Amino acid sequence: MTRELKYVGKPIARADAVDKVTGAAQYTHDLCLHGMLHTALVLSPHASARIVSIDIEKAEQVQGVRAVLTGNGLCYQLGLYLQDKCILARDIVRYHGEPVVAIAADTLDIANAACRLVEVQYEALPSLLDPRDAMEESAHLVHPDLHTYNYMKGVFFPKAHSNIAHHQKIRKGDFDRAFEKADIRLTASFYNPPVQHVPMETHAAVAQALPGNRIEIWTSSQSPYTVRHLLSVCFGLPHADVRVHVPYVGGGFGGKAGLGLEPLAYVLSRAAGGRPVKVVATREQEFNTLPSRQGLHSTIEIATSNDGKIVALKSTYIWDAGAYADYGVNIGRSAAYSGAGPYSIDNCWIDSYVVYTNKVFGTAFRGFGHLEVLWGIERAMDLMARKLGMDPVEFRKRNLLKEGDTTITGEAFTSGHGNPQQCLEAVAEAIEWRTPSAPPIEPHKVRGKGIAMLHKAPAMPTSTSCAVVIKLDEDGGADVLVSGVDYGQGTYTVLRQIAAEELRIPIEKVHITWECDTAFSPYDWQTVASRFAYMGGNAIIEAAADCLDQIRFVAAQALDVAPEDLECEHGTVYPKGHPDRGIPYSQLALGYTFENGNSIGGPIIGHGRFIAKGLTHLDPDTGQGLPAQFWTYGAHSVEVEVDTETGEIEILNIVSALDAGKVLNPKLCVGQVVGGVVQGLGSALWEGFVFDEKGRLLNPAFVDYKIPTAKDIPHRTQQILLENPQPGGPYGARGVAEHPMISIPSAIGNALYDALGIEFTTLPLNYERILTRIREKAESS
Amino acid sequence: MYDIRFTVNGQPEHATVPATMTLLDLLRDRLALTGTKEGCGIGECGACTVLLDGKPITSCLMLAVEADGHDIETIEGEAVGGGLSVLQQAFIDTGAIQCGFCTPGMIMSARGLLNRTPDPSDENIVEAIAGNLCRCTGYEAIIAAVRLAADRLAGAKQGRGQS
Ligand code: FES
Ligand code: FES
Repeated sequence: MTRELKYVGKPIARADAVDKVTGAAQYTHDLCLHGMLHTALVLSPHASARIVSIDIEKAEQVQGVRAVLTGNGLCYQLGLYLQDKCILARDIVRYHGEPVVAIAADTLDIANAACRLVEVQYEALPSLLDPRDAMEESAHLVHPDLHTYNYMKGVFFPKAHSNIAHHQKIRKGDFDRAFEKADIRLTASFYNPPVQHVPMETHAAVAQALPGNRIEIWTSSQSPYTVRHLLSVCFGLPHADVRVHVPYVGGGFGGKAGLGLEPLAYVLSRAAGGRPVKVVATREQEFNTLPSRQGLHSTIEIATSNDGKIVALKSTYIWDAGAYADYGVNIGRSAAYSGAGPYSIDNCWIDSYVVYTNKVFGTAFRGFGHLEVLWGIERAMDLMARKLGMDPVEFRKRNLLKEGDTTITGEAFTSGHGNPQQCLEAVAEAIEWRTPSAPPIEPHKVRGKGIAMLHKAPAMPTSTSCAVVIKLDEDGGADVLVSGVDYGQGTYTVLRQIAAEELRIPIEKVHITWECDTAFSPYDWQTVASRFAYMGGNAIIEAAADCLDQIRFVAAQALDVAPEDLECEHGTVYPKGHPDRGIPYSQLALGYTFENGNSIGGPIIGHGRFIAKGLTHLDPDTGQGLPAQFWTYGAHSVEVEVDTETGEIEILNIVSALDAGKVLNPKLCVGQVVGGVVQGLGSALWEGFVFDEKGRLLNPAFVDYKIPTAKDIPHRTQQILLENPQPGGPYGARGVAEHPMISIPSAIGNALYDALGIEFTTLPLNYERILTRIREKAESS
Repeated sequence: MYDIRFTVNGQPEHATVPATMTLLDLLRDRLALTGTKEGCGIGECGACTVLLDGKPITSCLMLAVEADGHDIETIEGEAVGGGLSVLQQAFIDTGAIQCGFCTPGMIMSARGLLNRTPDPSDENIVEAIAGNLCRCTGYEAIIAAVRLAADRLAGAKQGRGQS
């Protein structure tokens, strides 16, 4: 008989809710240490220039200034995958907004005033703004020393003396032959601009250089252990001498993965004699200094048979990495192995190039390249369906991965992967796909429906691991220590549910510490890739089992029965069938004491761990291998209404279906889906960086860079969560946090065709673009 | 420097502030009321929303000296008698919180709305929080939370009226 679940799968409220509704939650922004200094930055006004001279003398003399740093003395190269970045620009600046000088002072006002006294002479260099130009042989090099940089060997392939930071190849079957022989062929190109994450808490870090070359950091980060590791490597310190705290984090969406402002805060503190130094990005710096999502140029060629079977697909993805590609290289890699969509394709050829340009650099962003790649793929699927005269849903169904198929990297697709077909059918049915939209009352408005598939797997090293420690308390409660970061996703609440379920104690008795601290919390790689509920969940199950083993071992002696004859429920351990003879955990947590005072056991501390299983590097020439711990599939359908006089678009409905494997907490899961859908709407309709011809970012503020507000949300959203279990997932769950955002633009683009008969290939689909195309169409007809 | 007197969450306060100091900095840096957040510093995100004489304002745009003689309410004053307010509880119940950074400002905007419009329409709610950016939740659950709080408050009032 399977035990009925008490907490897993239930709509439990967030563990952190009270702190957050009362204002008690402390974020790095809120942190203030005794003697703490504040930081201001001098930023590059050029996209590409040589630094001729920097005069900091006047700034240094300002009363209250404690440290003035330029890139000169800071000969460090930093990075997780590719060490291409310095702490402050050295010799050349590579993007408009790049930090050139940093000043720490008693107050922010003093630091800002001192920055205004810094004189920097630049000699402007030609700036490369289009990655397609940057790939030309004759292009100037954004990183002339690329061939000397350290990088993760065997995984990434920076091309020496070029602007190509990584080239990922996928080769399956014989594309040329199949394309040649196919009945129907199509080629189309697409573009996504760079966009910003816009976490409401901008990046912030406080660092203190401690005596004996130790570092203590508090940071708004997704990656406590990665920050620790990279700092320890960069500064040549033992790992234990770098201590990283992560308090509450006000949103991340990938932008706070890897390293951020921490190294800068540390070198400033070191220069200021060990005073703690706080660096907080202004909103403008969040846009133009800190990383964004890379832009993408895609060209997609598809060939099918007359009856709609895709026989060959070729994609060229050219990523606009911006000035640094440390993280971008991994996006170029992962979006390539997902780069043909969730379809069965025997002959596939993908080239994914991550290319340096003179723009603000890219990093991870919720969806990790998949929103961008699937903008092209899912639009191209509709184009192809039309060319075939097939219904877009039927065309997709014909080609979706099914049991027995292999992915483009040669992975066998099984029922354990989940069911993309069910997702597609669910969203088609909910939007009444077969019924055309009802015509709107106003004659200048039109409606349409669109559909798009999505898929994604966690992009992570083959050795990614994490650990959990559970300490039993005197009252029979449990303290759970993790260093995955819950920056809003709700992971801690879910882990708490699993811990309560596994330890057989009430959920109120499970506590998760909100501040991660690398001195106490066990290792986790970093909180990215929608993998923490999966990996942390598994580790918690193992840690809880370890606690129960210890409980049974001590209780067995106390009750004089064999450990295997004991069971646990309601925070009590008892001989099977005799709950009345039980001992509460509270009497075992620190050790058991017999009536005569003799004691046995000791504090119960369980630990659990999880490491990625069976992943392989991809073959450098063919991309074949096993990159994914699990895949999550899904689909969206949308209905839109367009005002043909203004180009304005109303989203009437968005239906999302995701195969979650097991929904661990429906309330949180729906919250993730709605939030992701609306974030995807931002990418679809409004968001995108605009640069002038010199590479200066023209919209680094909310006035010109609009994100969705409460006024912009769809009239209706629907969430359909499927539960085809994931083998190896905790309770059968797989990650879903990033996925809702993916393919929202594609579904809307497809709906716009249905409404207007116009093919859009460039994001965002703002009203200017829509109106221009409506007018062009009217003129040409 | 200016001498100002005002109340914060009902507590009388006195401060000497420079002319350029914002109300936001006064609250966060001088009075340690860090529940009020800064998301942009230029009046575009609503994270710094507090109530001035019961009405929501963006405290990053107001100078501290302008608070002289006024009553300020911040998120720290929202919980009542050791328990959560109806509005706070509604935010929890509808799942209106993710990272939580926008939450204090959202709750203050919602509080301002309910002060003047106890039975708001959905349009009223959207209008009231349209200046508060949230990057996590997609707003649906926040709108539902304000609705729920208004209903619960109305229910409680009605309950009292009948008894
Ligand atoms: S901080 Fe005041 S509106 Fe953004
Ligand atoms: S909950 Fe994160 S910004 Fe609103």
